Order: sequence, then structure tokens, then C-alpha cells
Amino acid sequence: MRPETVVPPGAPADDSPLVSIQDLRTYYSIRGSFADRLVGREAGTVRAVDGVSLDIRRGEVLGLVGESGSGKTTLGRTLLGLVRATSGSIEFEGRQIARLPERNWRDLRRRVQVVFQDPHASLNPAMTLEQAVGHPLVIHGLERDRERLRLRVIEVLERCGLAPGADFLDKYPSDLSGGQKQRAVIARAIILNPVLLVADEPVSMLDMSVRAKILELMLELKQDFELTYLYITHDLATARFFCDRIAIMYLGRIVEIGPADAIYANPRHPYTQALLRAIPEPDPERAVPRDLPRGEVPDAAVPPLGCSFHPRCPRAFEPCGWESRDLRDLLEARWARAAGAAGVEEEQALVGDLGGLGRLTSEARLPAPRGRRAEDVVALLRHIQAEDPGEPFWRGIERLEAVGTRTEIDFHAPQEPLLERIGEVEVACHLYDANAPEGGPAA
Amino acid sequence: MSDPLLQVRHLRVYYGTPSEPVRAVDDVSLAIGEREVVGLVGESGCGKSTLGRGILGLLPQGARADGEVLFDGRNLVGLPPAGLRRLRGPQLGLIFQEPMTRLNPLLRISDHFKETLEQHEPNLTDAAIRTRSLETLGRMGIPPTRFRQYPHEFSGGMRQRIMIALALVLRPKLLVADEPTTSLDVIVEGQILALLADLKRNFGTALLLITHNLGIVAEACDRMAVMYAGRIVEEGPVREVFREPAHPYTRELLRSTISLETKELHSIPGAPPNLIDPPRGCRFHPRCPDAMRVCAELAPVEQRLDERRRVLCWLHGPAQQMPAGGELPLEREAIGVADEA
Repeated sequence: MRPETVVPPGAPADDSPLVSIQDLRTYYSIRGSFADRLVGREAGTVRAVDGVSLDIRRGEVLGLVGESGSGKTTLGRTLLGLVRATSGSIEFEGRQIARLPERNWRDLRRRVQVVFQDPHASLNPAMTLEQAVGHPLVIHGLERDRERLRLRVIEVLERCGLAPGADFLDKYPSDLSGGQKQRAVIARAIILNPVLLVADEPVSMLDMSVRAKILELMLELKQDFELTYLYITHDLATARFFCDRIAIMYLGRIVEIGPADAIYANPRHPYTQALLRAIPEPDPERAVPRDLPRGEVPDAAVPPLGCSFHPRCPRAFEPCGWESRDLRDLLEARWARAAGAAGVEEEQALVGDLGGLGRLTSEARLPAPRGRRAEDVVALLRHIQAEDPGEPFWRGIERLEAVGTRTEIDFHAPQEPLLERIGEVEVACHLYDANAPEGGPAA
Repeated sequence: MSDPLLQVRHLRVYYGTPSEPVRAVDDVSLAIGEREVVGLVGESGCGKSTLGRGILGLLPQGARADGEVLFDGRNLVGLPPAGLRRLRGPQLGLIFQEPMTRLNPLLRISDHFKETLEQHEPNLTDAAIRTRSLETLGRMGIPPTRFRQYPHEFSGGMRQRIMIALALVLRPKLLVADEPTTSLDVIVEGQILALLADLKRNFGTALLLITHNLGIVAEACDRMAVMYAGRIVEEGPVREVFREPAHPYTRELLRSTISLETKELHSIPGAPPNLIDPPRGCRFHPRCPDAMRVCAELAPVEQRLDERRRVLCWLHGPAQQMPAGGELPLEREAIGVADEA
């Protein structure tokens, strides 16, 4: 532990990043059923963070944005040492902290603090604010004198807007409103003078009328204490006010990263565009957007081939990773839309069981059910295509034909998009990949 | 205008003891027309959820209600529980915030629908139950191939779609949705809002949408009511209220909504009052930037701005009831963060 290596205020700026993350992976194993556990078999692996590289620069606010299941919270927890990294590197102030043993974390925790989403769950209901906010100083053995501890707690409470601080010392969390609790949590986080604060959805459980106040408080504290923030959120509207740079995460990977201004002015990844379009605007002239991506973030235990976003992407094309599950989803969505209408049961009977389409492969093989012909299945698929030729799925098909009693579909080979620099930002999307095959994306 | 579908008149809901009641809903009147989407907004603790539950007769033990909730010619306040149960479902539906906790993990989706339909429409055949369920689920985007699966096999957004389908399969005339998208991600929230906004077209259902997010009201609702400290302080068509909010609380709520169009951060000082002992006069006066002397003394009188808009604020009169000097600005101490929400 070398806290003395920190640049003191007024010293020449240090250009090296505060945190440098390289190819970080955090996997969780699914333990499966009781029987699986008895024989020591693992049911699978969730790749919550799957090859993330990014820097957090000194004094900046980096926004890590994505939906539930994007891996943003796991990335934050890995950085905090609350979850063990599977591989990769995290350098904090030049020191390797990925897979650091727990006992070495203790000193580090003074420098890296966290504010979680739920202020009700973050405070021990049996501790007064004096105990709770002063706790870090006691735990780290930094203050043994009770009077000095009390004065320090009062000072920090007041700095966080809970004034007069002395009035709050004997209060319990249940005496406080949601906004006040979050102020107390922030006070507890800054009492150790950390350099990095990881804030995981710090305002999303608060009323709209309070969110601005908490964000403003955090910006003031950043100025006064020269803090660096990792702001984890699903909300691009609050991130706009708060962040210098934005990293958009989807299913364990960064799909777009760059200066906040550039990302809001010109979002490039279709996922970033969708996140922005989905934010409800207090403008009655605007109707609920109806062109949002279908479905939800898929299961990270069996992520889609190619680009993880391709099953929901309105602009996906040949190389994006089409696979047999996409055919299943297409048919299911069609049958849901037409449920109860004549002909749907007949279509289901013709295509047969979709169970075989659940495998992770860029080909689909559909054996015709007894008494049915593969030619009719092919004809049905061609008919569905003719009804909605603009559906991206059809561009993914390289070969569709009846072979004997079987319908065979080969999809174009999947390619994983890599982060490529375009101007100020980096984007992982084949739309911006000059080497994309098959004549490039649709207009 | 024809008779509204639901008419709430002078509804009060009290919690706690008679000597020290919490007046969670205090003299509220609100009408909802057929196929209308009405948004009910306000901060936490303003009585929005209690009003929604009061309409459905779903108040917790120990709560008392008086006033009228007129639905289909009957007053639901004071109706015996059995009578309310017969209405709830086929006439009045409810969607809660957390879909995970409202589905039985041991029952297949098909069984949830069978149970609901058998309860309220005992004459339906199995085939009819199946067709109705699949149709309703399909319109919510749940494919027939997943009808026999269990709740845990669905994502959060899918479960909320299933909950909405389960309410709609009985073809209720009015649906009360209490923060239906709060626990969902922004894209899934958008998907669910689009479904709710289309209810009137696809199912002929009216909707009372309870939310703290004005963006949702703007995009999905026809009319809106703003609630503060147990009272409706402003009501009107969404476009008009957004263009020209009449109540300072509405205006401040609008200004504090953070959206992509927001140019600077703004918040309302203080917090909604404790409803055991609310402030004298206008309940918003301690937080109101426009407060006048009268606001701290006399309760405001409801004013009609036009046929479709009303407001509860002294700024809009009545002038003849204003005491001398009442319109002078209120002098008071600044509100500390200590009192905030």
C-alpha cells in the first residue's frame, strides 16, 4: 500500500490513467441442479464481463451505461474486489489489483469507495448515523478519539447537505427520507478521502424531484475532493449531465465508448441509438416510440453468435452472426402476433417442434413432421419473407432449401465486431467496418 | 360529454387511529371516461397508490374510506367484499409494479389463465379458454409455443407482459396500472408503454396509469391529474397542462424531470409533508416559490380554468375570497436540505 504516491494537489498533472483495465473477464459458473452439484458438474458459465478494456482518467466521470444483464454492475464489483476477476488485468494507481487476495484489499478500500443503488439496504437499520458514517474510520483504525470522530462525522454530514450535522448524529436510517439516506451513504463513502468513487445507480430509486440534488451534490464533492467517478447507470438522461465520457455495455462487452458530447450528438451503435430513443420525453407532442428493439438482453450463459445485439438490431445484416435461434424467434414472434387467427395452428403443425433450433449454430435443420413435406416448409418461409422483406433476418440466409425430408438453412458465417476508432469514439459494429463482406449494410 | 366510466367523488382514505388519522387521500374527485388513458403523477408519499387501491377497494386492513366511487351506476365504497370481488377482474383490473412477485412459481402460465377464466367465466370450455388466453398473450408478444412454461422461464419484461395479459383476458373496462414499468429497463419500459398506450384501441380498455415519471405521462396519456399531499392539485388534458402548467407544483415537477432535452438541473426544495399533520392552508406552500400570505392561512378553493381544466391554487383565485393583503409574497425561512425527500 502506497497512498503517498498519490499526486498531491497542486503538483504537475499525472497523465497516466487512475485505473487501467485490460481484457477483463469475470465469469460466473452456474451450479445447476442439486444432482449436478452432487457429482460436481457445472451447468454452464455466465460471461458477465467478457473482454473489457478501458481506462478511467484522473478526475473524470466515466459513465458505464447498459440494461440489466449488460455486465455493468459486475464490472463495477470486479473493480471493487467484491467479485473475483476470471482473467485480465486491472491496474489502480499503477498497481495490479485484479485477483488481489482479500487481505490486501483492506488498505485499498480506503482509496476506492462505493455508493449502491438502494440507500435503504446500504445502511444498517440498527446503527445511528454517527455510528454508520464514522464506521469506516473506526474499521480502518484511523480515529480512536470519540470526540474527534464525532466532529469529523458532523463535518462530513454537513458537507453532504445534512445540516446541522449534530441533529443527525442520533438518527436511524428509518428516520430519514430516501434522499437523506443517500446523502448519508455518500458521506460514509467520502469520509476516508477516497480517490475513486464507484456509484452504481445512485439516483435511480429516488423521486425525480430529488435526483437533481443528489447529482449536484456528487458533482460538488468531485470538485472539492478531486474525486474520480465511475457512474454505473441504465439512464442516459442523467448520464448526460454527469459524465465526461460514456461507455455503452451490452452482454459483457463495450459496444461504444467516447466523449459524452460526441456520443449524444452522434450515437453510432444501433444499441446506443435505441437506448436514447427509449427515454421517455416530457413532451406530449412525442408519442411512445414504437420502433424499439424487440425482446430483451439475452442470457449471457449462451450469448448470440457474432454481435450479441444482432437478434434485436434493426440494422443487422450478413456478418452479424445469424443462427438457428433467430429462426425460432422469428417464427414465435409471428405466431404470437397472429395467435388465435386461422392458419397459425396449421403453420405450427407444418414446421413442427422448434426445440431443435435452440442450439448455438449458424445452420438450421428442420426435419419435416410425419406426413409433411420439407418443400412446403421452404414455401412457407419464402411466403413469410415476401410479407416482410425488410426484416434483417433474411439477409442472414446463405442457403435455404429442402433436402429430402429436411429443410436446410445455412447462415452467413458469424463475425464478431471489434471496437474500431471512428473520430473521437470507438464502436464495435459491422456497420462501420470497412472490411464488412457482402457489399456492406443496407441503406 | 357522456357519463364517465368511473367517477370518484369526494373520496377520503384514512389510515391509522381516528384520533390521529393519516389522510392519504383527502377529498379527491376524478372522472375517467371510456377508453381514456389518465395519468396520475406526484412524488412518493402523495397518495397516488392509495387512490388507485381505493378505487379498486383494495385498501389494507385498518384503512377507512368515505365518499363515492361510482362505477357502472354503483357506489363501490361500502360495497361488501364479495360484491367487489365479482367486479374486480371482469370490470376492474390491476397491474402492479413487481411482476415477479405476482405470478405463482408453481403454476404454468396456462394454469394461471385457466384459473382466472374459470373463476370469472365458469361457462367457458377448455378450448375457448385456450383460444382466449393465446390471443391475449399473443397481442402482448408472448408466443403460443411458451404457453405451458413456468414463470421462472420468462424474463422480467415478459412476466410484466404476462401480468398485463392476465388482467386483459377478462376484458375489464378499466385497468389501474401502478408504476408498471418502474423495475424494468428503459427499452423494455418503452415496449410495455407502447402496449399500454394501445390498450384503448386493441381492447377498448380505459387506463389509470400511476407513475412518478412525467415523461411517461406525456407519451402515453390523454389526460393527467397531479396529486400532492392527498389532494389533486391540477387536472387537465396532457398537452395543455404541459404547455402551461397552472399549479406551481406541476411546473416544478416538470422542471425537475431529467430528460435528454433538459438544459439544466432543477429540483424542488423540501419534501411532501407528513399526512398526519399537513401544513395549514395550501399544503404545498412551504415548498412553493410563488407562495403568498394567503397560502399559509387558507386552504385553496378549486378553480375551473375551462371546461376540462381545474386547479387548486390561490394564484387562480377566487379573488373575492382573498383576504386583504393575502396576495403579498409569503416571507419565510429557507427550506434546508434537512427536510428533503
